[in-house]
Amino acid sequence: MRPKSERDFVAGLLFMLTGGAFAWGALSYGFGSANNPGPGYFPFGLGAMLVLLGGFLVFRSLTVETDGREPIGRIAWRPLLAVVLAIAGFALGLPRLGLPLTVGLVVFGVSFASDEARWPSALALAAFLALFCSLVFVAGLGLNLPLWPAPLSAWSA
Amino acid sequence: MWDNLLLGFATALTLQNLGYAFAGVALGTLIGVLPGIGPVATMAMLMPTVYGLDATPALIMLAGIYYGAQYGGSTTAILLNVPGEANSVVTAIDGYQMARQGKAGTALGIAALGSFFAGCVSTLVIALFSPPLVQLAFLFGAAEYFALMVLGLILAVVLASGSTLKALCMIVLGVLLGQVSTDVISGLPRFDFGRPELSDGFGFVVIAMGLFGFGEIIANLGRPAEHREVFTDRVGGLLPSREDLRQAFPAVLRGTALGSVLGVLPGNGALLASFSSYTLEKKLAADPSRFGRGAIEGVAAPESANNAGAQTSFIPMLVLGIPPNAVMALMAGAMTLKGITPGPQVMTDNPALFWGLIASMWIGNLMLVVLNLPLIGIWIRLLRIPYRWLFPAIVVFCCIGAFSINGSTFEVFMTAGFAVLGYVFHKLHCEPAPLLLGFVLGPLMEENLRRALRIAHGDWSTFVSRPLSAGLLVAAVVLLVVVMLPTIRAKRAEAFQGED
Repeated sequence: MRPKSERDFVAGLLFMLTGGAFAWGALSYGFGSANNPGPGYFPFGLGAMLVLLGGFLVFRSLTVETDGREPIGRIAWRPLLAVVLAIAGFALGLPRLGLPLTVGLVVFGVSFASDEARWPSALALAAFLALFCSLVFVAGLGLNLPLWPAPLSAWSA
Repeated sequence: MWDNLLLGFATALTLQNLGYAFAGVALGTLIGVLPGIGPVATMAMLMPTVYGLDATPALIMLAGIYYGAQYGGSTTAILLNVPGEANSVVTAIDGYQMARQGKAGTALGIAALGSFFAGCVSTLVIALFSPPLVQLAFLFGAAEYFALMVLGLILAVVLASGSTLKALCMIVLGVLLGQVSTDVISGLPRFDFGRPELSDGFGFVVIAMGLFGFGEIIANLGRPAEHREVFTDRVGGLLPSREDLRQAFPAVLRGTALGSVLGVLPGNGALLASFSSYTLEKKLAADPSRFGRGAIEGVAAPESANNAGAQTSFIPMLVLGIPPNAVMALMAGAMTLKGITPGPQVMTDNPALFWGLIASMWIGNLMLVVLNLPLIGIWIRLLRIPYRWLFPAIVVFCCIGAFSINGSTFEVFMTAGFAVLGYVFHKLHCEPAPLLLGFVLGPLMEENLRRALRIAHGDWSTFVSRPLSAGLLVAAVVLLVVVMLPTIRAKRAEAFQGED
């Protein structure tokens, strides 16, 4: 049976899965009783509720007609991967390379999430933002961010 | 009331706090004017700028950021026809048409003046109604708090655009995400996967940034680049003519009234206010066909309603400690960060903060007018920056913000996870705002539910035998049933049309 709304079908399944995981996890926390509810009482109830609601959604997506099946559509892999890698790169780079270098690298890299990016302008933007962030966030706002690269021996920490 | 307002102005009018209000409004407008960035994303991104401040200046600055971001969003809506968030969708309809007719300046001017008027009135409304409401709030027990939050979440479902069922799922998911934390009553860490960083739960800024900021960027980049007309050259005069004012003033009045009332509703009443005030003006107009073709009332009414609603939505947060929408959830989060538990005790224990914040709301609105009318040229120039230069900057600003929450990279990695989730929600057409609200209210709900049950010795009927709590729950059930009725569903779909 093909779902009549692909979006709702997938969303419903995801909700059921997440709700189930939470409810299952909550079982190990001590359910208690209504008299003295334990730490697992509330999350178990909610998880069960989400499974139920997700089930409704799946049921509806299989039965109620929609315009054009509401497809999920193409996934924008390039921006998705670029942005996620950029964030992770920032987290990995900052304690090791310091703020300006990390910002420069991340900006240069993430620029190519857009297919309009060009090498020279991405480089210029990276240099500009590296300087800008160091001046504004560290010098101006006084945030506690490392400016210089850490010695190689401290990289593994 | 005047004593209180006086205390508020004495707090807000110190040079330092004025400076923070000014900085907030300027920064908020600066970021908010960027296409596709709404107030929630702006506030999440600028959160690190207030980490170093004391509670009062931090909240004053954050409120300034909020107003600035809203006004910036209207600017983008009028000049680019790109509303940064749902609230300015209606403004874009007639505002963009005015811009095409060379009257962009008038549209921006009336939006600022209407918002200022609405801000003045609703500040008075807050000052008038907060003290009696705080007295009422002290009567609330655990059962009433729980019932009120249920009502609030149901209202958020009702007011969310799109599918009711999906909004309900998103709220429950949000409440569940809020369960990742140390259990307040037993002290047991839950769902932490053995990571000590998770024993305090996910940061609300992390979730807001990931879902609203990054999710939006990925979605924007995934769409084919559009080449939009930017009306930056012929903005025209900013001050509305006498004829414009005559047409717009009644609309501003009605918008303000509607916004002040609806803004108090939990679940983004300001959004409802801007939609319904536009519909109202269209109904009342002698010639409704002018709407959609650059009617000045079509800008004046929703902008006033939106601003009035934005203002009065502070009431449930300040009085009950229950944030009614995602923006207020961020404000409440900032308060908690500063060691203040939002709730009725804030007004009695910390009157300088409470009234200072209210006074600074008015000052923030005044600054919007004095700052933005002369500076409009600069904001317009920002709109010419191509998106391919903007988004890398937004990405690193968000990363720096996420890192600065605790000075640890763990939060940054979490943000990456929520960015993926944000994109998934975008693809599945699941609105993330109800999730954030559920996330913030979740722990409060659990605590009150368990406390109420324990007081009543495990008797669930406590929620219906106490009259206040019963009334709130009945209201929630009635709302939920009503919104499921076919005729109402059709009307609701109509009200939210044109939002996609």
